[in-house]
Amino acid sequence: MNVNQQPPMASPYGQPQPGYSQPSYAPLGGGYPGPYGPYSGPATAYQPGAPQGYSTYASFPSKAVPANPVSDLPSPLELGSARGPPPVSTNQAYSQYAQGDIQNGPPPMDHSMAQPAQRPPVCQPYSHGAMNLSGPHPSYPQQYGVQPSMQQMTNQMSGMQVGSGPLTSAGPGYAPPSYTQAPHPVSGAPSQPPPPSEPAAPQPYYDGPPPSQQPPFPSSAPPPSQPFPSSSPYSGPPLPANPGPLQSLDNSPSHLAPSPAQQTFPNSAPPPVSQALYSGPLPPPDLALSHLPCIPCPVPCRPAPSQPGPPHFHSGPLPNAPCHPLYVPAAGQPPFPLAPCSSLLSLACMEDTQPSRMVSPPCSNPCTTSTRPLVCAFGQPRGPQPGYAGPQYPGQQNYGAVPAPTPAPTQKRLDPDSIPSPIQVIEDDRANKSSEPFTTGVKGQTPPLVTTNFQVKDQGNASPRFVRCTAYNIPCTADMAKQSQVPLAAVIKPLAMLPPDETRPYMVDHGEAGPIRCNRCKAYMCPYMQFIEGGRRFQCGFCSCVTDVPPHYFQHLDHTGKRVDCCDRPELSLGSYEFVATVDYCKNNKLPQPPSFIFFIDVSYNAVKSGMVNIVCQELKTLLDYLPRENPEADSVVRVGFVTYNKVLHFYNVKSSLAQPQMMVVSDVSDMFLPLLDGFLVNVNDSRMVIESLLDQIPEMFADTRETETVFGPVIQAGLEALKAADCAGKLFLFHSSLPIAEAPGKLKNREDKKLVGTDKEKSLFQPQSGFYSNLSKECVAQGCCVDLFLFPNQYVDVATLGVVPVSTGGSVYKYTYFQAEMDRERFLNDLRRDVQKPMGFDAVMRVRTSTGIRATDFFGSFFMSNTTDVELAGLDCDKTVTVEFRHDDKLSEDTGALMQCAVLYTSCSGQRRLRVHNMAVNCCSQLADLYRNCETDTIINFFSKYAYRSLLNTPTKTVRDTLVNQCAQILACYRKNCASPSSAGQLILPECMKLLPVYLNCVLKSDVLQPGADVSVDDRAYLRQLLSCMDVSESHVFFYPRLLPLVKLDGGSLPMAVRNSEERLSKGGVYLLETGLYLFLWVGANAQQELLSNIFGTPTFSQIDPNMTSLPELDNPFSQRLREIIDSFRSQRSRYMKLMVVKQEDKAELIFKHFLCEDKSASGGASYVDFLCHMHKEIRQLLS
Amino acid sequence: MATFPEFIAQNEERDGVRFSWNVWPSSRLEATRMVVPVASLFTPLKERPDLPPIQYEPVLCSRVTCRAVLNPLCQVDYRAKLWACNFCYQRNQFPPTYAGISDVNQPAELLPQFSTIEYVVQRGPLMPLVFLYVVDTCMEDEDLQALKESLQMSLSLLPPTALVGLITFGRMIQVHELGCEGISKSYVFRGTKDLNAKQLQEMLGLTKPTAAQAGRGPQAPQAPLSNRFLQPVQKIDMNLTDLLGELQRDPWPVTQGKRPLRSLGSAMSIAVGLLECTFPNTGARIMTFIGGPATQGPGMVVGDELKAPIRSWHDIEKDNAKFMKKGTKHYEALASRASTNGHIIDIYACALDQTGLLEMKCCSNHTGGYMVMADSFTTSLFKQTFQRVFTKDVSGAFKMAFAGTLEIKTSREIKISGAIGPCVSLNAKGPCVSENEIGTGGTSQWKICGLDHNTTLAVYFEVVNQHNAPIPQGGRGAVQYVTQYQHSSGQKRIRVTTTARNWADAGTQIQTIAASFDQEASAILMARLAVYRAETEEGPDVLRWLDRQLIRLFMFHLRRSPFLQVFNNSPDESSYYRHQFMRQDLTQSLIMIQPILYAYSFNGPPEPVLLDSSSILPDRILLMDTFFQILIYHGETVSQWRKAGYQELPEYENFRHLLQAPVDDAQEILHSRFPMPRYIDTEHGGSQARFLLSKVNPSQTHNNMYAWGQESGAPILTDDVSLQVFMDHLKKLAVSSAA
Repeated sequence: MNVNQQPPMASPYGQPQPGYSQPSYAPLGGGYPGPYGPYSGPATAYQPGAPQGYSTYASFPSKAVPANPVSDLPSPLELGSARGPPPVSTNQAYSQYAQGDIQNGPPPMDHSMAQPAQRPPVCQPYSHGAMNLSGPHPSYPQQYGVQPSMQQMTNQMSGMQVGSGPLTSAGPGYAPPSYTQAPHPVSGAPSQPPPPSEPAAPQPYYDGPPPSQQPPFPSSAPPPSQPFPSSSPYSGPPLPANPGPLQSLDNSPSHLAPSPAQQTFPNSAPPPVSQALYSGPLPPPDLALSHLPCIPCPVPCRPAPSQPGPPHFHSGPLPNAPCHPLYVPAAGQPPFPLAPCSSLLSLACMEDTQPSRMVSPPCSNPCTTSTRPLVCAFGQPRGPQPGYAGPQYPGQQNYGAVPAPTPAPTQKRLDPDSIPSPIQVIEDDRANKSSEPFTTGVKGQTPPLVTTNFQVKDQGNASPRFVRCTAYNIPCTADMAKQSQVPLAAVIKPLAMLPPDETRPYMVDHGEAGPIRCNRCKAYMCPYMQFIEGGRRFQCGFCSCVTDVPPHYFQHLDHTGKRVDCCDRPELSLGSYEFVATVDYCKNNKLPQPPSFIFFIDVSYNAVKSGMVNIVCQELKTLLDYLPRENPEADSVVRVGFVTYNKVLHFYNVKSSLAQPQMMVVSDVSDMFLPLLDGFLVNVNDSRMVIESLLDQIPEMFADTRETETVFGPVIQAGLEALKAADCAGKLFLFHSSLPIAEAPGKLKNREDKKLVGTDKEKSLFQPQSGFYSNLSKECVAQGCCVDLFLFPNQYVDVATLGVVPVSTGGSVYKYTYFQAEMDRERFLNDLRRDVQKPMGFDAVMRVRTSTGIRATDFFGSFFMSNTTDVELAGLDCDKTVTVEFRHDDKLSEDTGALMQCAVLYTSCSGQRRLRVHNMAVNCCSQLADLYRNCETDTIINFFSKYAYRSLLNTPTKTVRDTLVNQCAQILACYRKNCASPSSAGQLILPECMKLLPVYLNCVLKSDVLQPGADVSVDDRAYLRQLLSCMDVSESHVFFYPRLLPLVKLDGGSLPMAVRNSEERLSKGGVYLLETGLYLFLWVGANAQQELLSNIFGTPTFSQIDPNMTSLPELDNPFSQRLREIIDSFRSQRSRYMKLMVVKQEDKAELIFKHFLCEDKSASGGASYVDFLCHMHKEIRQLLS
Repeated sequence: MATFPEFIAQNEERDGVRFSWNVWPSSRLEATRMVVPVASLFTPLKERPDLPPIQYEPVLCSRVTCRAVLNPLCQVDYRAKLWACNFCYQRNQFPPTYAGISDVNQPAELLPQFSTIEYVVQRGPLMPLVFLYVVDTCMEDEDLQALKESLQMSLSLLPPTALVGLITFGRMIQVHELGCEGISKSYVFRGTKDLNAKQLQEMLGLTKPTAAQAGRGPQAPQAPLSNRFLQPVQKIDMNLTDLLGELQRDPWPVTQGKRPLRSLGSAMSIAVGLLECTFPNTGARIMTFIGGPATQGPGMVVGDELKAPIRSWHDIEKDNAKFMKKGTKHYEALASRASTNGHIIDIYACALDQTGLLEMKCCSNHTGGYMVMADSFTTSLFKQTFQRVFTKDVSGAFKMAFAGTLEIKTSREIKISGAIGPCVSLNAKGPCVSENEIGTGGTSQWKICGLDHNTTLAVYFEVVNQHNAPIPQGGRGAVQYVTQYQHSSGQKRIRVTTTARNWADAGTQIQTIAASFDQEASAILMARLAVYRAETEEGPDVLRWLDRQLIRLFMFHLRRSPFLQVFNNSPDESSYYRHQFMRQDLTQSLIMIQPILYAYSFNGPPEPVLLDSSSILPDRILLMDTFFQILIYHGETVSQWRKAGYQELPEYENFRHLLQAPVDDAQEILHSRFPMPRYIDTEHGGSQARFLLSKVNPSQTHNNMYAWGQESGAPILTDDVSLQVFMDHLKKLAVSSAA
């Protein structure tokens, strides 16, 4: 039996793809099948994953496990290698599976059980997929088994049978029992499985939330692995094999049927199950139809199961042969897509214009390259663009995702290409939107993605470089907003730098009386003010209050009611501009002093030894010539001061009249004070000689220090006192090395405790140790004292606590763990240079005003708030963003839309008080569809991540993750429910604008902060958590979904098209550049061409590449030059310098690199994209049901 | 036998000792009746250029409770090589080194002319001299400049091996690290905080060799010879000169209506603490230069609001001086810490207003430090006084000594009641300590951290011999003063003065006793007592007590002197005057009480004249020396002549000489006095003439000028009683009290 089954399995795999697509399509119409297929694919994936066991996500993790099994089992590998010999491999695979399961061991048993249970929904889809996927089947089996259990035996059975026979037969074959049994047997724990498999069990699976543990995913995971092998084999002998398997499968089902309760069939059994399952889910035929790209499966079978359409799909896979033919039929819509995968995902389709995507559960496919099992790809349609015609979609999808759509035979694996691809979305957006300037005049228009190069024309709304919203059509009512769960937020970067071809905001001076404002709400003059009564008064767009126009500002109106001078005045025609603030806007009604920069250098043993002190001192000598200034011609008016410290502080008098600097030691750190006034803060040019002498001497003076203890609180206090004494705002640059354990205020203890990770107390790791720094930061903010912290830790320094002041004062934290002068010098210096030079405002207050109906309720970023409306920023630089969440407090009108005005009052680096105003108008909608059509996923993710990261402070990590998943599921479910055309529940339908939401969300969930790997220190997590809080959308985008560029042809000005972040996308023979926003990796494949290596590294030999190099050799060839240009340009785009790391394939360091391949399963248990998508789908289905 | 005056003069010359009585009544009862106690004014380091120090150590009485030093009054058995202690009568063996002793070969200490003798202790290391400058920077640039110059000048006067340190203060306190290359370092402290020695030590990064020391026992204080803050002059001369040169006025802004914040109390505390943990029991001078009162932190004497004036006597009487008690307490604690470690605190206060000397006086008084009060650091009064601190004797050694202790031993018949002067008690109880305390009593040993050749202590004794225990004929009462100190060369030296007086039975030899009365010494002794009580008790009581005691003329002037009268003097001035009075020798003290007045005229050679308003005549030039002031007063006529410029004309050369004579005499006084007196040249009707008018006996006032009807003299506008009136009352009182 087993053997038989196995073969079948194998065949399924091979066939699956073809089969899937075809079959599924055929039956339902291409559309249905497609989707289903995909689903099933995923499902399978899930199942495997499930076993391993992540709790919620478990499935994901589980996948990882599966992977392991695969690896463990030589057979899988072999299989992979020997795709040709499907049968054998398959057999092995099966056995492996079994083994794998076994290995998973208990899990399998449980998994099978559990998986099914959890996954149910997913599983079903998956299973279908699985079914479809020949490859998956093996793995599926288990899953199936589960699924079967979920679904009724009968269904499955029927399905399996159907599938087996024809496609549908498979479904029947599924018969839960068989599956379960099959797996179980393998696992060795037959008893349990069987029962579960039985009706009762099955139901639970499906219905019930999968056991927290991996089940669902795990199950999915395993399959993939298996699939691969199988798939590979398939590929080899595609056609033949497929048929074989299929048949066998079919057979197996039958077998299963008999065996149901028992293990016997395991392998075979599963497949059927999957089908059955699928069938269940499948219903979505609609999807398939619409989208359709997919291959309609012959599928009749499916229908047989619970739902006609879907099953077909699934079944499709199984009956590969038939499928193909089916395909054609599916044709109603382009069949192509389907072809590609065995996994079937059919995505999207859009009805109306909306891009909805159906993702049919992706099947995990064997596709993987050597290492990875693959995840199946969902059939991705490129769906993203609404514009595309439904039909087109399919076609597109096919292209993108599926290489060889039609040829079922060719592909055996599930194709990850079939799930929504970020790369594709980015490329499409780039292609469509970068040519034309983006004009901001149209209300409610979604701007191009952050990854697109585009020019902005300010026509009354703030440029997306300043303000990006999650939604540009916001629901009219709170109910709608609540229903959709789409966050309403704006990510504001008030002082953003603009590209040279865009003009910076104009400066407006309204004279001595100050800016003209609404009398009631105090909104500033802006394009939304309506002039009435011949221009004598204006009505506020925010609060509708009518205010007299001051005589000096009066101007006649033209026939349209606009002021005649409208176009001459920035504040009447532009979205962003600045006002000159009068003395009324200054602290103490006194015009501000120019700001000061104070450098605090840790000179304790560690700091000196690491070379930091030396580097800082050397660099400052030149850096001081580049202090920020507004007029490039003039010298900066920023004054500077210097302090060194260990457990005492050394202030320096560098007054220009002194022959040599004076050092003043303050050892009474318990009660910090400023020991000198005159000569501490000086003008660089005046005191240049003394300063240089000082900077020369500091490294010498402390070269032999033995002092290891440091203080921290007093250091900031000292800076604060200095600024107070000088009566100015300013910025402190702290170069700090270690945990401040010296006796002083703000002393910290080492509380790093990894045992807390994963417990409810985990949140305490993100909270500051004491309230001291919070209080201190309040004082700092009051004085306009911004703190930037450069950390050079060798061990735990408690970033969570040390970062409190920087984070509350609008400062930044930079961290250089294990700083080594040679290796990290460049990165540090570039960060420092940028940090010193960048334009910034001081002592800022930001206020967001909105039109009636909504109001700003929550703020995220680096700042301090003493009340609920004013965001106080001691410092605000050009890289800092503030994220504002809005909520309804009344109904909005579609006619007027919603207005938002963000005003930032700040002191410029020349000491001028200014107001920067950004205006933003968005539409209001009464149809949810409008909302979904005009939102921006990148921004939503930015908001979600900030929200989640902040929640970590008060909520257990698990809850935070669950909440995130849940909210996203609700968003998508809401769409599905309200906007998408009816379709079967088994289809995953994603709004066009949000089709990347799952993949990005998965990246967020997998980020080190939310899902720490064993090697991620508490400090790193705290650091990243704080870092994210003020990231803008483009930074968060690359942070969560790194950019992976294949370095192939680098000619011309354009960049090579990025590839998706998955190991399977890497070619052994290639070299890839990965940008994460914090690091750059240059991955070198083991078989990279010699020429390529020579061009890049100057050596043709792989083994001679120095993995420790941090910069590429400057070679005189176009490739090298271009590559370095690219690297430079990447670096210049980010606010932090990215260190370049060369990663050689198979090298140890590759682990780090792989960590950033965020579509793959992560070592720490994060789910792969496919798995997560399936999980998401399951969640959605739960919500819908 | 010589007359008593000659005897007294000889004793003073040789031993620096003057007793109130030179023949002592033989019983307690009789002594009590004498009113003026048996007491002595003792100048431990009386300048004796003719006295070569002996290069060996003194021989001590072997009785543990005695330990008196072998002296000429001891009986010696040359054959047995024994000597009997004349205080406890213990018989002692001479040490082996005295083996060759005989009638004709006596060691110096047995020769009568060596009743005062100085030994040099050979043991122990040479201790460096430590000078710690504590400099206020809250002052006008001009003042600061002058001060910096003075300080730089003083560096050149220090011996090359002396250790110097610098602390500057204003709102903050900076302890300067010396000898840094390329960068000048200092440790900064906030002035509002008082740090104890341990905290300070930690903050300055000074590690006390406690651990090492503990092992070697407490007697081996192997003090580091220098540290970052105290370094030899020769090494950091240039560095310190530059440092002083760069010294800036305290940069913290002082807003209108405020005093600068001056952390004097903390600065002194840090100075004391620094020395405490680096050079305990080593001679060291903390020289504090202040330009105003402490206005913040511990030891503050006035707030920084200008509208709240610094306390006056009036406020003090009304108990309105809210910072005084706390401030005083702070400085007393400092004084006690400093004196425990043998460190001197000098205060050079130069300001027009008060600087808080009242609160700080104990710092100088208890440690033997100098207190100098002037209007500004730019005045020659300060400059020369400061320069004179570093005066050297013929051998090139400073005329100052450090870390001294005075021990007094007495015959059994008398005991020590106490001492008054710049000293603190060492609480050494012993058989010769009386229970009856006068001044700093209850001890036979005192610490005198700072000594110079004029430093004089008043020591009071009590005769304890009972009436019924007659003293054998020819018995003498002996007193031995043993002064150990650190010579400015770094040597440890011991000076021993042994003196004896005859006993007399008051019943039979009252005449002898009366003849032996030393009026001047008694006057000063009583005045010291009075001042001491004035400092420690309420004012009026002291005057009343004094009135009951009495000694003619001196008492009249004493009553009017700033030592007892606080009217017209600020608390600081009173403190300053009293400080000087308590430490100067007899001659100077006399001048302080009763200023000397010389008259110059064409009528004859310069002559001393009565300190009386009748001495003020139009054709005279008067020269008054009050110790604190040297005043030249030109009579009305003389003044007119001078204004007319007669002295310029060759034919009036005699007038020029007349004008010049008092100036020359004044210069002579100025040269020898420490501290420098205020030099005043004024004339009839001049505003500065008030100094003269306030001192003279107001025999003619607006009340009686017509009654007296004399042509000469100038009326004084005062309500004070004249000497005549005072005497009348005195006589009446004397008679009645006798009754």
